[in-house]
Amino acid sequence: MFEAIAFYLFAALTIVMFTITVMTSQALYAITAMAAGMIFISAFFFILGADFLGAIQIIVYTGAVMALYAFGMMFFDTTRDVVEKRTNPQIVFVLGVLAAVMVVAIFVAPIVSNNIQALYPIQEGVGNSQAVGMVLFTKYLVPFELAAVMLLVSMIGGIILAGKKMDKSLTLMAEEDISTMDDGFEPQAGGH
Amino acid sequence: MEITLSHYLVLSTILFAIGLVGVMRRKNLLMLFFATEILLNATNIAFAAISHYIGDLSGQMFAFFIIAIAASEVAIGLGLLIVWYKRTGKIDLDQMNSMRG
Repeated sequence: MFEAIAFYLFAALTIVMFTITVMTSQALYAITAMAAGMIFISAFFFILGADFLGAIQIIVYTGAVMALYAFGMMFFDTTRDVVEKRTNPQIVFVLGVLAAVMVVAIFVAPIVSNNIQALYPIQEGVGNSQAVGMVLFTKYLVPFELAAVMLLVSMIGGIILAGKKMDKSLTLMAEEDISTMDDGFEPQAGGH
Repeated sequence: MEITLSHYLVLSTILFAIGLVGVMRRKNLLMLFFATEILLNATNIAFAAISHYIGDLSGQMFAFFIIAIAASEVAIGLGLLIVWYKRTGKIDLDQMNSMRG
């Protein structure tokens, strides 16, 4: 009973928050509603018994990703209203058909999945974090290490892309000055 | 009144549709990133729900890797976006036509 109440409450809150994120024209409203929606999604993970995933969701998404977005928004003009695109009807049609196919597949999936056997069944008497650790460091060790390398690469890439020449404003410089700067880490945008 | 797997899958579908709407209507690249985060979160809910109802931990593992991929995507994407904004002063998709594509 309480599970149902919690599910419907958090489902409504999440849908409202993400709708605000998608529909608003203010960037600050969008990022705030986004952070709230991420917290509400972690509630689903706690309801489903995936405690470790819920904690990771709060730490990584609302702690790291949202802080990174807030940091990035300091560079952009966020007070201006966001201009929306005139949508191409063909693209909308194709994406709508794809979404409909996806809905059908999702509703069919539980029928098909009756035949699925659990490869790594959840053991009794073992906490969720402990079980996750055991599976992660035995069966999924190679993807885990690859994810670590990927995060390292992206960290170095982010530092190099955003951190270099922060004291200079590339917007106010002429195109020739940018191309004659000593190290050529910027992509050459052409047209000169 | 019991919450079944279908409830979670329907919720995941609704959130994914919201993200798709965002991808279709946004022109500002930062807002486009927000919509992709919504897409990734919708799939995470589906993975965790299936993991719970089948009794298999693989779904949670995939959700972890999706979170890791989302984090690195944000780092690289925001870095590229900052460089682009420093050079042009705009982050609109329609102005990104320097390759005459």
